[in-house]
Amino acid sequence: MNTQPILEVKGLHKSFADHHVLKGIDFSVKPGERVAIIGGSGSGKSTFLRCLNFMETLSEGEIWVDNERIGVEKNGRITYPEKQLCSVRERLGMVFQQFNLFPHMTVLQNVMEGLITVKGYTKQDAHAVAVRELAKVGLSEKHDAWPGRLSGGQQQRVAIARALSMEPEVLLFDEPTSSLDPELVGEVLRVINQLAEEGRTMLLVTHELGFAYHFATKVIFLADGVFHEVGTPDEVLKNPKKPRTQEFLRRFSEFAF
Amino acid sequence: MNYVPDFTIVTDNWIVLLRGLWVTIQIWLPSIIMGLCFGFAIAQARLSERKWLSRSTLVYVELFRDTPVLIQLIWFYYAFPILIGMQLSPFAAAMLGLTLNTSAYASEIFRGGIKSIHRGQMEGAKAIGMTHAQAMRRVILPQVIKRMLPALTNRTIEVAKMSSLASVISVHELMYQGRLLSSTYYRPFEILTAVAFIYFILIYPGTFLAGRLEKYLARSN
Amino acid sequence: MDYSWDFGPVLSRFDMLALGLLNTVKIAMVSIVLGIIVGLVLVMMRLSPRKWLAWPAAVFIEFYRNTPPIVHFFWFFYALPVLLAISLNPYVAAVLALSTQSGAFYAEVFRGGIVSIERGQWEGGKALGMTHSALMTRVIVPQAISRMVPPFIERSFELLKTTALASTLAYADLLYQAMLVNSETFRPLEVYTTIALMYLVLLVTASQLARMAETRLTAYQ
Repeated sequence: MNTQPILEVKGLHKSFADHHVLKGIDFSVKPGERVAIIGGSGSGKSTFLRCLNFMETLSEGEIWVDNERIGVEKNGRITYPEKQLCSVRERLGMVFQQFNLFPHMTVLQNVMEGLITVKGYTKQDAHAVAVRELAKVGLSEKHDAWPGRLSGGQQQRVAIARALSMEPEVLLFDEPTSSLDPELVGEVLRVINQLAEEGRTMLLVTHELGFAYHFATKVIFLADGVFHEVGTPDEVLKNPKKPRTQEFLRRFSEFAF
Repeated sequence: MNYVPDFTIVTDNWIVLLRGLWVTIQIWLPSIIMGLCFGFAIAQARLSERKWLSRSTLVYVELFRDTPVLIQLIWFYYAFPILIGMQLSPFAAAMLGLTLNTSAYASEIFRGGIKSIHRGQMEGAKAIGMTHAQAMRRVILPQVIKRMLPALTNRTIEVAKMSSLASVISVHELMYQGRLLSSTYYRPFEILTAVAFIYFILIYPGTFLAGRLEKYLARSN
Repeated sequence: MDYSWDFGPVLSRFDMLALGLLNTVKIAMVSIVLGIIVGLVLVMMRLSPRKWLAWPAAVFIEFYRNTPPIVHFFWFFYALPVLLAISLNPYVAAVLALSTQSGAFYAEVFRGGIVSIERGQWEGGKALGMTHSALMTRVIVPQAISRMVPPFIERSFELLKTTALASTLAYADLLYQAMLVNSETFRPLEVYTTIALMYLVLLVTASQLARMAETRLTAYQ
């Protein structure tokens, strides 16, 4: 693939107070790539994902979207104008661990919201898109339900439909199944898999190593704030070269049957 | 605005204001302490299994919570003595009104605190072999008291504010002295502003403490 | 207790008390509406990223929350006119005192509602590309409102009780009218008991109405 990257990260650092979480990351995503990011808890994998659409502000480094540097230099300091951030976030859809649906809106209204307020669609157009996306995630019967009345798996599927409706160039999944009951994980993973078959560009932070193996075109093992090992699923998950990666995988397979 | 404030009137009469402040403290602290004790007893009655007892204390609590404090003070000063056939001094009437008012509010705080304990806490304590009394003393009460502290601190602040109403039935506390001074010298701006500041200094530490406590407790849970 | 109750003289002057009750309701309504406006202005200043706006609002709010209401009443009636060389009638002074005080408390209620919305809601909206103002008006405020309702009602309830202080400025509210009736009948026990009951009915009715409104406004939860 010789196409230009959609998303590029250069020298990314992130600290919270005196806690240095990400220590210099370079990374790029090309159209059609599916990247799974794995690592121990507290390794900074969610923080990394959240820096990409500026849910967290970078401490240092650059983010480029479609060959455009995000941020404006002013008196030697980088500022991020709201307008630019909004347009970046519009192009990078995100699905959260806790769904973050709006509890005061119905399922349908949740999906229509971004289309109306961000894309400026008319109600009718937004309605049509929302109906289509909800059908895709298998929730056509739940249009008028309140999010609070749905199961976790259903809520997460609404959240996916909400992100899809914006027609993002890249989809970011931040541990989408981590807060679900085990029996509800499957329905969400199936939807994500279906998106993979459509050839969408996706980044997935996850603990579901089995799913990551089948889903990803590239796997990244993040440890100590850097990309410790990067490669194909077979390279990283089946034949890891670094001891740290091997140790991490061993702990996961300890109780396999 | 060509009025020239002259705060020497305040500094010249600081001893009068200080005397008033002392009376304020004399009503405030005893009525909050007695009110809390009495309120604890009322909370027990409210939680009682006996219907007549919990019902009648409910009426008591609502009477005090659903009428203005000023009416309560006036009632205890002008109306109550007729009922008991005995004159009450303004100070005694104010003390009585504020104590009973505090007891009504405090009883609701205690009741809420006791009811809020999660059943799991008692079960957890019993599961490791504690007796009921041990569980109460070592597990339940420390949590209840901790949880009630911000509300009780807030109540203390409210009583400090309410004590200023005693001036209406001519108890010689801070507000009364302030009103007297401002009409004597016709310097209401300087004196009333000074009185406001004195109250602020008296009350703000409590608010600050309550805020801190709330934050601390939110973090520790 | 050989006192013989006689409500006759008081009840024959019930029209005076009814007028007082009406004035109490009127001053409370006006002050709640003005208080909301004051509260909205204060909370917008308080949450502003500009320090020179946020700071004065914070000081104003803290000062009001930590001084007794009676001081505000007297300050507006006696001190402010001296400072500005104007004259204020009791009604205006009382409305000013009530609405600024409740405004300070409302501002905190509004702020509490907004900061209580989980971070995930902000992030959910941001991730869709919503601007700060769209996020505020479409996502945060609609949810915050339903959380503000209970403390807002509680505050308004307090305000309704505080209106009794307007009588100290000779505004013809329920308490003031009762004092008039008392000076004509010399029946303090009956008069003050009657108005205590009237306040009780007023406040219980108000709280019932408020509870109905509350269940409506918080329906989706």
